[in-house]
Amino acid sequence: MQPTLELTHVQFSWPQQPELLLNIPQLQLAAGECLFLHGPSGSGKTTLLGLLSGIQKPTQGRICILGQDLSQRSAGARDHFRADHTGYIFQQFNLLPFLSVQENVELSCRFSKRRAQRAQQQHGSQGQAAKHLLQHLGLPSPLWSQRADSLSVGQQQRVAAARALIGQPELIIADEPTSALDADSRAAFLELLFSECQAVQASLLFVSHDLSLAPLFQRSLSLPELNQAHPVVGAC
Amino acid sequence: MYLLRLAWASLLNRRFTALLTLCSIALSVALLLAVERVRVEARASFAGTVSGTDLVVGARSGSVNLLLYSVFRIGNATNNIRWESFQHYAQHPQVRWAIPLSLGDSHRGYRVLGTSEAYFEHYRYGQNQALELAEGRAFAEDPFEVVLGSEVAKSLNYRLDQSLVLAHGVATISLVQHEDKPFRVVGILKPTGTPVDRTLHVPLSGIEAMHIDWQGGMPSAAQRISADQARQLALTPKAITAFLLGLNSKIATFAVQRDINQYSGEPLLAILPGVALQELWGLMSTAEQALFLISLCVVFVGLLGMLTVILASLNERRREMAILRSVGARPWHIAGLLMFESLALAALGILAGCSLVSLGIWLAQDAVQAHYGLYLPLAWPSTYELILLGTVLSAAWLMGLIPAWRAYRQSLADGLSIHS
Ligand SMILES: Nc1ncnc2c1ncn2[C@@H]1O[C@H](COP(=O)(O)OP(=O)(O)OP(=O)(O)O)[C@@H](O)[C@H]1O
Ligand SMILES: [Mg+2]
Repeated sequence: MQPTLELTHVQFSWPQQPELLLNIPQLQLAAGECLFLHGPSGSGKTTLLGLLSGIQKPTQGRICILGQDLSQRSAGARDHFRADHTGYIFQQFNLLPFLSVQENVELSCRFSKRRAQRAQQQHGSQGQAAKHLLQHLGLPSPLWSQRADSLSVGQQQRVAAARALIGQPELIIADEPTSALDADSRAAFLELLFSECQAVQASLLFVSHDLSLAPLFQRSLSLPELNQAHPVVGAC
Repeated sequence: MYLLRLAWASLLNRRFTALLTLCSIALSVALLLAVERVRVEARASFAGTVSGTDLVVGARSGSVNLLLYSVFRIGNATNNIRWESFQHYAQHPQVRWAIPLSLGDSHRGYRVLGTSEAYFEHYRYGQNQALELAEGRAFAEDPFEVVLGSEVAKSLNYRLDQSLVLAHGVATISLVQHEDKPFRVVGILKPTGTPVDRTLHVPLSGIEAMHIDWQGGMPSAAQRISADQARQLALTPKAITAFLLGLNSKIATFAVQRDINQYSGEPLLAILPGVALQELWGLMSTAEQALFLISLCVVFVGLLGMLTVILASLNERRREMAILRSVGARPWHIAGLLMFESLALAALGILAGCSLVSLGIWLAQDAVQAHYGLYLPLAWPSTYELILLGTVLSAAWLMGLIPAWRAYRQSLADGLSIHS
């Protein structure tokens, strides 16, 4: 079966920084797999996710998602591809504060026809799809119409997960989504995330500096080991 | 479409600063419009006041001066002209009508105009409109009849048949009243939006009768003549202040003008009101332009304020932009959001400014008319005003390009990481 994600000889450096930040000879993520990628602060985790989501382009190498080579595509096409096929969860402050919880979830469908259609086919409407996910992620219905910034951090992260999952993208990318949560809610959040990823058959790439999460995943990798370039890493 | 909703929601989220920005734009636009409206209406009302008159004739002085005191009741005549001169030109073959004007008296701050019945028959203002009476009739045989302009009647609360006393001179606090010769109100004119509204009209014979027992600017103590006695006397005036002429054909205007200016009887000055008005506007234009420039600057400052507010918000909105990027928004979507924001603020500011001007005119209409004799109509923006507003909107659009461009660059550089 085709891997969801395949990196070969990917190199990247930020424009103002001459030395390579990333040099990854090989990285694969199978369909439906949940991969944990850990690395210290400043090791380039967020940068790598930016490459995978097509926001940045590698200076060298190929990034294939669902068999499509992202590095060959234009910026517009990569944006389009991202909207259609990936869901992204930030570390925190994932939501637009001036939209309601449900509108935040539906946001993903606004920039992707494909995901809007999928949500519609599966649940009848985008609204239904959003409600379904919110319910599964344990957010009580009175919250759905509230402003997103009235929620607790843990609740906000679950809304962000719902937004990443709506319309069944093939790849979910999570950038330390649990770092602002306490240990209990961390485990609970991950469990929900796993089960929902499974329900929509999405692959999950989860990055964090928190090694204690590794045992919860099927597979875990260390970015510094993977990365042939050795950026100066420090706490910041 | 969704992008517009998003931009709107984001703007509402910052409604306090947005509202302040909007207010400053609204006020600046209101100022611009007000200056423009007053300028145009002042011109229109001045032009309308003399629209039906071909020539204004008075004692030789400056043409603007003559126009101002004869038609607009601003300032005073330097010299009178002889009644014979008026009669001479009233009978000129090219002259269709002639209206004598005799100024110099007042009533509680309003000017008194001595004239003839020809005034009610031939005087035209605005779009060739004749004077109309709201009540009563024009003055007739009796010298002590007065016809009030609409505003005089309204603000002094005068009715028909009321009797009133005129004052000598035009100072607001008149020292000498023509107490012995009261006038009776026989008619009240409809509003015209011209100085006519602020004028009391009496027959020339009335003016003559009032002053018949005066010598050297004072009532003569020796021989007082009562109103009834005056009625019996011949009340043909010896002098008037100026007169208006309507000609049979416009083509003759210059010939008649030249003829009057070369009149051998006394030095006279005949002016074409339109030309004199142009001269007046020429005198005013520097002030007008300065005012216009200042109001343009104020609008610019308003827009600059908007630019500052939007630029300042960019940094705190990096998160918002990264989120939008993560769900698939292109950099130009982000730029579009900011373009929309500046356009929305400017457009709403302009709308609010227009409403403000209308509200202001509605509130101040009466006061402005009473104090400055300027009638400001409540009207839709003129083409020129629309062009002005369009220019303001375009300027806002151009300025909006700056934050849009910055946000575009910023969202490209930031990607999904926010370093704040
Ligand atoms: N948008 C950017 N422009 C320029 N340099 C960047 C940008 N984002 C990150 N970098 C640089 O890349 C390096 C890696 O940063 P990155 O955010 O990828 O690390 P990280 O592993 O995600 O760290 P953390 O755990 O703190 O989030 C840093 O040295 C940073 O200065
Ligand atoms: Mg990071």
